[in-house]
Amino acid sequence: MNKWRKVLINPVLGKEITLRMRTPKSAFSIFAYVLVMGLLAMGIIYVMTSGSGMQSGRVDSGVSRMMFYALSIAQLVLIAFMTPALTAGVISGEREKQTLNMLLTTQQSSATIVLSKLVSSLSFMTLIILSTLPVYSIVFLYGGVSPSQLVSVFLFYLFVMLLLGSIGVFFSTLLKRTILSVIMTYGVGLVIFLVTGLAYLFAMSIDRVSYYNSGAPVRAYSWVGYLLGLNPAGALISIFEPSFSKSAFLVQGSNLQSSAPIELWQEFIIV
Amino acid sequence: MIEIQNLTKTYGGFDALKNVNLSIAKGTVFGFVGPNGAGKTTTMSILATLLAPTSGSAKVGGFEVTEQPHEVRKRIGYMPDFFGVYDQFKTTEYLHFYGASYGIPRAERDQLIPQLLELVNLSDKKDAYVDSLSRGMKQRLCLARCLVHDPDVLILDEPASGLDPRARIEMREILKELKLMGKTIIISSHILPELAEMVDEIGVIEHGVMVAQGKVSEIQNRLRVKRVLHIRVLERAEELAERLRDEAHVSQVLHDETGVHVHFGGGDAEQSRLLGGMISAGYQVVSFHEAQSNLEDVFLEITKGGADHEQMA
Ligand SMILES: Nc1ncnc2c1ncn2[C@@H]1O[C@H](COP(=O)(O)OP(=O)(O)OP(=O)(O)O)[C@@H](O)[C@H]1O
Ligand SMILES: [Mg+2]
Repeated sequence: MNKWRKVLINPVLGKEITLRMRTPKSAFSIFAYVLVMGLLAMGIIYVMTSGSGMQSGRVDSGVSRMMFYALSIAQLVLIAFMTPALTAGVISGEREKQTLNMLLTTQQSSATIVLSKLVSSLSFMTLIILSTLPVYSIVFLYGGVSPSQLVSVFLFYLFVMLLLGSIGVFFSTLLKRTILSVIMTYGVGLVIFLVTGLAYLFAMSIDRVSYYNSGAPVRAYSWVGYLLGLNPAGALISIFEPSFSKSAFLVQGSNLQSSAPIELWQEFIIV
Repeated sequence: MIEIQNLTKTYGGFDALKNVNLSIAKGTVFGFVGPNGAGKTTTMSILATLLAPTSGSAKVGGFEVTEQPHEVRKRIGYMPDFFGVYDQFKTTEYLHFYGASYGIPRAERDQLIPQLLELVNLSDKKDAYVDSLSRGMKQRLCLARCLVHDPDVLILDEPASGLDPRARIEMREILKELKLMGKTIIISSHILPELAEMVDEIGVIEHGVMVAQGKVSEIQNRLRVKRVLHIRVLERAEELAERLRDEAHVSQVLHDETGVHVHFGGGDAEQSRLLGGMISAGYQVVSFHEAQSNLEDVFLEITKGGADHEQMA
């Protein structure tokens, strides 16, 4: 018990949180973030209500679900941008501020220092994400989304932050300069987000062509679907719509009623 | 307390330290002297467990720095040559943070920190943000930080660099106090006269090689630094200067309104004979004294020697 207290409440973590909360920058970035999310929500509502032949201006639950999806994906993209910026400088920043040497000569192990840095950055991110809850409440106003869906989406965010944050801290420890570390982290983030997505689309079309050409008997699932499982956005969508997992694996034309070999989000988290 | 044997550090083919040997007894204040790039910071970083030596051994309090860094860190307070501070902290919070990092319980820290601030004359700044402190104050705060876990050994890399003369004197006073507390201190500096007053021993390092090491007076004697004699007479100073130029052991004579300055290569006996000769020749000598030859001279002498060796090689 006491040991856990020691691990969880350690000086570096305390220091990080104190210092972060003291800068006006932090309050400002939370504000800016919520503002962006709010504007996005407004924009989506506007687009959805004005277009698509909704004369009465009524928003049905299907539309509000779409809104929830759009917001969640936007949030995912924002997280993908913010996490590297927050974590890629935690160690190299101390090095540049010339405080790392003194920190390293204290009795704290390097593992403690690195982990506390990661935890403190992530808790700040979590704070930001939680502060967007009011924006989500707009969606709830219209119904169509279950709270459990919301919870699973937030857990998923936490996971993505942990992933990107670990990458950021890793590069920050490895590279001497913060700027390099930020670039590398964005690079890896880009690979995870874009390249897997593009690779999926690309591989899928190749697979489809060869499938038709060979005229082979109906194949259940294509291996290509696994590629999409590596993509956070793909995984997120599969949380919304379980059927999405299945369709990702299906080669167009085949029509199987069995469930997908693996849920995309499961695959993502496992990897 | 500190034992360095055949320490070598190579940076990609460049030898920053070559077979350095050094032994510092408990309670000694050791001045580490050398020109820029000599290897002082490298040696100190190795002692502070921040840098792994290429070969050789370095022990603090009997613990090898590479094998038991945790034990070594308990015993040392390290002040780097350049360091940053967390601007958003108040001075007490800053010390609390480092105290906590050394595992000192809160209650103990509450007692300790005012004492530390008192020691480094920052009591009136206890609620100031670190940001607002002057450079000299930050330097003293950093020194206080080195002391939070009451280490036996202090490794101070140029603690007085960038300080004005007054702040230097304050820093020196604090170090004297620490010396009285029985700490073993290694201190590096470029400014040698200020070291001369407080160190017991000096080590001179150049191009990664320890060129001289020992008690300050020993080194001065060993190097036979030329004496400079200041002579003041009531009248006929000009004539005296002319006369002294022809004396044995005299290499250079300068004459200005403060008196006659003689660079003298002889020992005590020759010096006394010189004075006797002047008096019997009828000069009314008001004062005759040896200018204090300080570490600065020692330093220049040694490094000049080093430069000569290089030219020869
Ligand atoms: N990280 C490094 N990579 C390569 N060379 C280095 C590195 N650190 C130091 N050196 C070299 O090692 C030598 C010794 O450097 P060191 O910093 O120990 O000198 P110093 O005596 O502290 O000098 P100063 O009085 O300027 O502080 C220098 O020639 C320097 O160029
Ligand atoms: Mg140095």
